[in-house]
Amino acid sequence: MWRSLLLAAALLPGLAAPAVAQSAGPSPEITQHIADVASADSAVQEAAAVALGKTGDRKLLPLLEALREGSVYVRSLPGGKKETVIVGDKVSEGDKTLVPLFTAYAREPITGPDGKPLLADLSTLGEVSTGRSLRIAMRPLIDAFSGQNDLTNPDPAARRAAATKMAFTGDTATLKLLQDALPKETDRWARFALEEGAAMIRLRVGDPAERVLAAETLGRLRSANASEPLYQIAGDPQAPAPLAAAAQVAVKRIERWGLFTQAIEIAFQGLSLSSILLLMALGLAIVFGLMGVINMAHGELMALGAYSTFLMQGWFATYFPGSFDYYFLVALPFSFLVSASAGFLLERGVIRFLYGRPLETLLLTWGVSLMIQQGLRLWFGAANVDVSSPRWLSGGIPVMIGVQLPYNRLFIIALATICVGAMYLLLFRTDAGLRIRAVTQNRGMAACLGVRARWVDAGTFALGAGLAGLAGCAITQIGNVGPELGQNYIVDSFMVVVTGGVGKLAGSILAAIGIGGLNKIIEPGMGAVFGKVLILVLVILFIQRRPSGLFATKGRYAES
Amino acid sequence: MPSLERWGLVAGAIAVVVVLPALNALPPGSSLRVSDFTLNLFGKFLAYAILALGIDLIWGYTGVLSLGHGVFFGLGAYAMGMHLMLEIGTQSVYGNVLPDFMVWNQVKDLPLFWQPFYSVPFTLVAVLVVPALFAYVFGFLTFRSRIRGVYFSIITQALALSTWLLFNRNAMNLGGTNGLSGFKSVFGFTLNSATTQRGLYVSTAICLCGAFLLCRWITRSPAGRVLIAIRDSENRVLFSGYSPAAFKVFVFVVSAVLAGLAGALYVPQVGIITPAKIGVLPSIEMIIWVAVGGRGTLLGPVVGALGVNWLQSLLTTHYPDLWLLVLGGLFVAVVLFFPDGVVGTAQKLIARIRPGAGAGVRQNGRPGEGHRPGEAERQTEVPHIQAR
Repeated sequence: MWRSLLLAAALLPGLAAPAVAQSAGPSPEITQHIADVASADSAVQEAAAVALGKTGDRKLLPLLEALREGSVYVRSLPGGKKETVIVGDKVSEGDKTLVPLFTAYAREPITGPDGKPLLADLSTLGEVSTGRSLRIAMRPLIDAFSGQNDLTNPDPAARRAAATKMAFTGDTATLKLLQDALPKETDRWARFALEEGAAMIRLRVGDPAERVLAAETLGRLRSANASEPLYQIAGDPQAPAPLAAAAQVAVKRIERWGLFTQAIEIAFQGLSLSSILLLMALGLAIVFGLMGVINMAHGELMALGAYSTFLMQGWFATYFPGSFDYYFLVALPFSFLVSASAGFLLERGVIRFLYGRPLETLLLTWGVSLMIQQGLRLWFGAANVDVSSPRWLSGGIPVMIGVQLPYNRLFIIALATICVGAMYLLLFRTDAGLRIRAVTQNRGMAACLGVRARWVDAGTFALGAGLAGLAGCAITQIGNVGPELGQNYIVDSFMVVVTGGVGKLAGSILAAIGIGGLNKIIEPGMGAVFGKVLILVLVILFIQRRPSGLFATKGRYAES
Repeated sequence: MPSLERWGLVAGAIAVVVVLPALNALPPGSSLRVSDFTLNLFGKFLAYAILALGIDLIWGYTGVLSLGHGVFFGLGAYAMGMHLMLEIGTQSVYGNVLPDFMVWNQVKDLPLFWQPFYSVPFTLVAVLVVPALFAYVFGFLTFRSRIRGVYFSIITQALALSTWLLFNRNAMNLGGTNGLSGFKSVFGFTLNSATTQRGLYVSTAICLCGAFLLCRWITRSPAGRVLIAIRDSENRVLFSGYSPAAFKVFVFVVSAVLAGLAGALYVPQVGIITPAKIGVLPSIEMIIWVAVGGRGTLLGPVVGALGVNWLQSLLTTHYPDLWLLVLGGLFVAVVLFFPDGVVGTAQKLIARIRPGAGAGVRQNGRPGEGHRPGEAERQTEVPHIQAR
């Protein structure tokens, strides 16, 4: 489709008649100004740009921004007339550079006679040069424009961002905009941003009494954004004494709050890391408990899940670009299935010959993991692949001043919770779970009573592998996806299994939360490396006290 | 038959210790001459063989799979490397008494733990004692609390990972990712000369023979019998009044010392030691040498270390992408099809052809008897894995 389009454009460079249907055209004055913006005389150009900015017409914003970026061109129309246009991203075709064209007013795509967007050869267009003074003159116009624009944006997040942006650059005019917007604002966080922005501007440009008041307000708001300017004022010997004192108090308040929010953030990050570890460790622990098989390829099964997500993303981009955002929902079950089938094949293919020989299984699965890893490297390349977040997982919920919980981490925590719940139901409320538990407790007796132990093994192994696949799918949202992905998580997951005890849901959960949390708690202070070392030491010391994990089995099934 | 075996070993030792370096000393151009490069490569493999003997002692004979032997190898290698670094002195790139990487990292004074490595005797003791002490503390903590089987393997793997992470840090003052390199001389002999390299080779070969004899003596002593008994049924050993933990700590320390010795011999021959040689992957590669050669035999690890490393150097020069696939395949093939390894399988074949000839072999304890319990025996063994 693209090729034919480019071909059509190459055949008709700049010849196509303007076939733009404009619903509400610009007024004659504006049309004149638009033409003048392309003028070679910089005085005329600047006057026209400022005039356009003063109109307050929102549809002119793209033109002003394009002027600043230098993507405004003039094209010749048949009949000797000239038209000012905005050009889009460049496309190379042979030695020519083609660009899509847009109207100067409202930035609507200009279509060719065939109704498709028009591509023009860049060399046939005349560039509109913008001098430094013009760009400087335009900057406040654009800021006011976009600020005004965004303050009435229906999306509260955009309103919030606009207010914060204006807080840093605004002057008295901006202050008025913010104050006008405040009573109309309904969203709590946008209100906060407006108040914060207004106070920050007043702190900068207000009279002395106003500045003291603003400093107090910012302290009350615990505004992290304002901590830098406040800090400067507090340390400035020339600042008036009441202002400096107010700033000092405010800085202290903000800093204390900052510590608190940081702690919450660390806890939250720890929790989401724990969720990943938990998903990994659940599969490992159940398989280990059931068959005594230690699966060193578990990390690679996770990597398979992550790469399945990557593949699914590519397929959606190619075949269903319209519903690209939902690829992740399909990728979840898909990665589960891919890893589960790989696990099933692994179990049926090789592992079943090695029951009762845990050390041999360990070596064998390590060999398999090397082969999968190298296979991934040969297939997808040694570099990390790029998995983008769907739009509904980017952003987050602000829960407190300065604390935002990102959706992707929330999603991972929810996923892990659901999986644990499902595993619990499966193990303790279904026939299949009853069989799994029976084989785990006493393989021979279960087999005598008609449980097909070997099929229970294969099914459980596939289930554990599938959970690893889910973990891999989830990790794409918060970490890198590369061939070594599995290696980075496998040792931690084993630590979880060792600490939590084998085949224990509750133990795995507690250990995962403990180890994931500790990782994140130690990291900021001592660095990731010493964190890992310290955790190893703690695990070894812990095992001294409780050799079979947190929830040791007592009685006839206990060791020795 | 045992005497035939003995003569074979003596002949092999003579070939490695005397004949190969003699062939290397022939004038260049002679058709029988072994090149300096080949001798150096072989010397490196012999160092690996010492390490493999240590692993065989703890894994093949005692049944404890350690995935962290790269750490002990690294401790020995770094101890030796530190001395060699200091021996460079002012001949370094920056002309400073301090090693180059310290100048680079703006370290002003030699860190305290580097000071004693100026002394040759201290270094020679340290390459053996540092790994031994570390193994003793780690082994004491883990074996005392009866961490066994795969739990022990996983803990040692975590040990290898964290040591690797630590040695990668510049703050450790051990050269970070680039490790220690650029050595000029060893104990006063220039490393550049063929004579020094030949001397290093001969020392490595002699150390290997010594290590072999040590392992032979240990495995044939009553203590060696206890080790095999621990492998085959630890609980019965415990109930018979022995302390498996003490024996395990002992054999763990011996194997760590052998690993440290191997590291110390490796460094001057290869000329560099980096954290990449002591991490998780190298540690587990060491296991595969023993597995391929044949665990539970003493010749096996030597054959395996030489064979696998020769294969690796061959493949990585010609097909670098394939090596990891081949290595993975080796793991799978050895575990599934040749659990006894090359030497074990050969011994079995000989025993089948000449009944009675296997008497000397069985003395060493064939691997597998304790590793592959029958259906009935599995029932007694499984609960400690399940812990449920």
